[in-house]
Parts: sequence; structure tokens; C-alpha cells
Amino acid sequence: MHELPITESILNIVITYAEKNAVKKVIAINLQVGMLSDLEDEWIQRYFDHLSKGTVAEGAKLKIERIPIKLQCNSCATSYEVEKTNIGDTVCPGCGKNDGKLISGREYHIKDMEVQ
Amino acid sequence: MEAVRLIEVKEDILADNIKIAAGVRQRLSIKKTMLLNLMSSPGSGKTSLILKTVEGLKDSIRLGVIEADIDSTVDAEKVAARGIPAIQLRTGGFCHLDATMVTQGIDALAANKLDLIIIENVGNLVCPAEFDTGAHKNVMILSVPEGDDKPLKYPLMFSICDVLLVNKIDYLSLSDFDMAVMRKRVLALNPNIRIIEVSCKTGAGIGDWIAWLKKEVAAFSLSV
Repeated sequence: MHELPITESILNIVITYAEKNAVKKVIAINLQVGMLSDLEDEWIQRYFDHLSKGTVAEGAKLKIERIPIKLQCNSCATSYEVEKTNIGDTVCPGCGKNDGKLISGREYHIKDMEVQ
Repeated sequence: MEAVRLIEVKEDILADNIKIAAGVRQRLSIKKTMLLNLMSSPGSGKTSLILKTVEGLKDSIRLGVIEADIDSTVDAEKVAARGIPAIQLRTGGFCHLDATMVTQGIDALAANKLDLIIIENVGNLVCPAEFDTGAHKNVMILSVPEGDDKPLKYPLMFSICDVLLVNKIDYLSLSDFDMAVMRKRVLALNPNIRIIEVSCKTGAGIGDWIAWLKKEVAAFSLSV
């Protein structure tokens, strides 16, 4: 639902890096987004296509790598992946307790970009 | 055709907001004003809880309120009618507040010497969870009619909050809401969260909430 401000932010960072590196054209942007985020890939691309018109990033493809949600057990330190919709019902495969802290799944990163 | 090269970026997409939020926190810490971000679905009782909080704190804590309802001044007017400085942010169709918008509210309240500012965020369990507002404490409300499955549907929101207020407990007898199951689900996401059961209608549990808030505000002013 908040794809628009996220997309603006992506475009600003991309343009800054493009200027710094004398880029003529941005081909693709590789993002890493945690699975806890509710971003819709399709909408990010649509907003991006609209916002990037007339910039060096016009026509660039956003490639989104989804980072799985991982918890680490507070009791036995086992780390394990969980599905977004059943985190609250998932127990540690190591000790069976239901007491983990989030160690990944909230990422919002631009990893790199393919340019000419 | 020019060769394609790869430029390493490694930037947090939300970095600008994170930086502004850190600035908000620092600025308010210097003034010894604690900022509390209140989030929930529409209709779960944010405004009612703020009105109860105003009542409970008015003799001991100087309170201000930043309202972010989508496009009305109703909430701010209700709060201001009780003699509390209240600012209404016009968020239009926005689904969340970010630190820049919160800064506008804080600027507008800057003339008041305050111990606590409560932000009533936009009613939504998805987007507000992603954007740091600069608050020192995050609090959410889940109301009984919404159901005990909400921690499964909106895990991020439950995982970032310091306090969960379960409101409308006067509805429990009419509902199949399972408090034990809900608690287990929430604690699995966030073992440090404090869960307080309240009813803004009957006043049940409001004393526990006010006591927590007074203790936190006192501890905050000593820590900064």
C-alpha cells in the first residue's frame, strides 16, 4: 500500500548513484526486500515506470529478491525460516519453544544496479 | 552497444526516513519530551483511548497530540476541547505517517512545554509498521471484534510494538476471540511486548495503561 513513497526513494538513490558513476542508462535495479514487507512487486514497477520518465532510469527493470523471514530461538539459539502467515504459530524446530527473535525478513535494500 | 556494468549500491531504501526519524528522537530527547506512536486498524479505538489517556494524565503530565486522520479535523477537535494542544495533520489519502510529516506536527507543537506527545497514526496495520516516525515508544491497539488471528495476518506490526492494548474487552463474552491464543501468537513474534487488556467503554484496564505510561514518562525524563 505504500509502494509510492518507497518507489520515489528507490528512484532518488538510483539517480544519485547514476550521476556519481557517469551512467548513461540504467538497465536494471536489484532490490532485496524482506518477506515481512507487504510490497507488491507489480505496483513498484508500475510506479517506477511512471516516476522515472525522462530520467536516466527510464525503462529500467526492477528485480526483487525476497529475503526469507528467519527467527532465532531465544532458548537454544537455533535459527529457522518461517512463513509470514504463521509466524505466531511456529515453534523452534530445535527445542519446540515458541520464543524467537526476528533476525531477517525486514530488509529494504538496493543491492546494485546494471547500467551502461 | 556499450557494455553493461554493475554498480554496487548497498543502500537502505528507507535510509532518508530513518535518518529524519533519528533526528526527531534526538530533538525531542533534548527537550525531555517522549514521543509515542499509537497505531491500529480504523475503528479499534485510538481516539477513545487518547481521550481516556488525556483524562488519566491531565493532572500529572503535560501532553500534546498529533492527529493523522485521513481528512477531517474531528479527532483533533475532540482532544483540543479537553484543553490539550492538538495538531491535525492533513494526510489526504496517505496510508501512513513518516518522520517528515511527524516533524511538521512537532514544529506546530513546539511552543508548548510537553512531557509527552502522542501521535495518532493513520488507521492501518500494514504501512505504519514500515515507517519509523521518530517515536521513542510504539503502541498498538487490537480490538476484540477484529479477531485473535490478526497477529498472523500483520506480523510486522505486532513485532515492532512495545505495548499491545487489547481494547473492547467488554465484547469478549459475545465473541469467539481467544485471549490465550492471541497472547501466544503475539509473544511468539515479540517476546518483550507488554499486553494490557482494556475497555475504553467500561474503563477496565485503563488504570494499568495510565500507570505504565506514567512510569515510562518518568523513566524517560531521567534517562535523557
